[in-house]
Amino acid sequence: MSQAITTGAAELGDWIALLKPRVMTLVVFTGLIGLVIAPGHLHVVLAFTAVLCIAVGAGACGAINMWYDRDIDAVMKRTRNRPIPAGRIEPGAALGYGITLAAGSVILMDLAVNLAAASVLALSIGFYVFVYTMWLKRRTPQNIVIGGAAGAFPPVIGWAAVTGSVDLVPLVLFAIVFFWTPPHFWSLALFANSDYQRAGIPMLPVVAGAKETRRQIVIYTLLLVPLSLAPWLIGFSGLIYGVSALVLGLGFLACVWRVATDRQDAAGVSLTNDAPARTAFKYSILYLFGLFAALAIDRLAG
Amino acid sequence: MADWDPEDLRRRRARNWAMLIVLLALSALFFAITIVKMTKA
Repeated sequence: MSQAITTGAAELGDWIALLKPRVMTLVVFTGLIGLVIAPGHLHVVLAFTAVLCIAVGAGACGAINMWYDRDIDAVMKRTRNRPIPAGRIEPGAALGYGITLAAGSVILMDLAVNLAAASVLALSIGFYVFVYTMWLKRRTPQNIVIGGAAGAFPPVIGWAAVTGSVDLVPLVLFAIVFFWTPPHFWSLALFANSDYQRAGIPMLPVVAGAKETRRQIVIYTLLLVPLSLAPWLIGFSGLIYGVSALVLGLGFLACVWRVATDRQDAAGVSLTNDAPARTAFKYSILYLFGLFAALAIDRLAG
Repeated sequence: MADWDPEDLRRRRARNWAMLIVLLALSALFFAITIVKMTKA
């Protein structure tokens, strides 16, 4: 009965919070863009179903991740009020919720859309849960580099939903999100360093220090910006996208340059409360939204 | 049942309503998918 009381303490919002709706927004957006730019036509009902399956699949990953990470969530300031560490939802209930949604999203994607999209969705869920959450996150500072692949799948899923296959363009989009992930997360890790340290997660600033993290952020952004021009260079998109990618990329480079040249002590600790890293983190979200929106506008205009 | 206070009951009712809405929405979606698939076939 005590379990029923604990579960009864959960508000509807707690079950929604388990799905990490903010992460879901970006996933749904990039998935939708993959769907919009793919050659071919998908009925609006099936397109809606495909996006719904991507959203639910991403939410399921969030729930399973919160179930697995409940111990470290409890010691981090940023996460200790999440439904499981706060005691509002039983861990087992969250796991069951996540597994049900994961299975449901993959099955529905296969039945309503196609096997290719369902397979990539299943692969992305498996990658996020087993490779990132359970294997890499607590073991290596490269956790978010390799784990970033899980977040790079949605445009591939969207593309596969329309075409029933995967080719070069969705793989380029995959690579863009993949190379975007490290500067995005390491900017966050720079100003949330103490939280990660307390939880014992080997994020790059914890293991290699802030100086090295700033250097890696610059390296990955330098790789990302030319890569973001690839859809234009291979002739898939036009000038609208090319110019947008260049301008957005230069903006991102300016942000990370400020991160690299942030005023710091001998150990590399920021003397500005990591203000440039906070700006870079916010800009990175805007950057990805802008880049993918430009791609869709370019395709629709062309 | 005696352990459920009015606040718990309110939360449970809210969840039940949400479940109902989700189930109805899914029923409508499955119906729409079936019609689309049948039309395409």
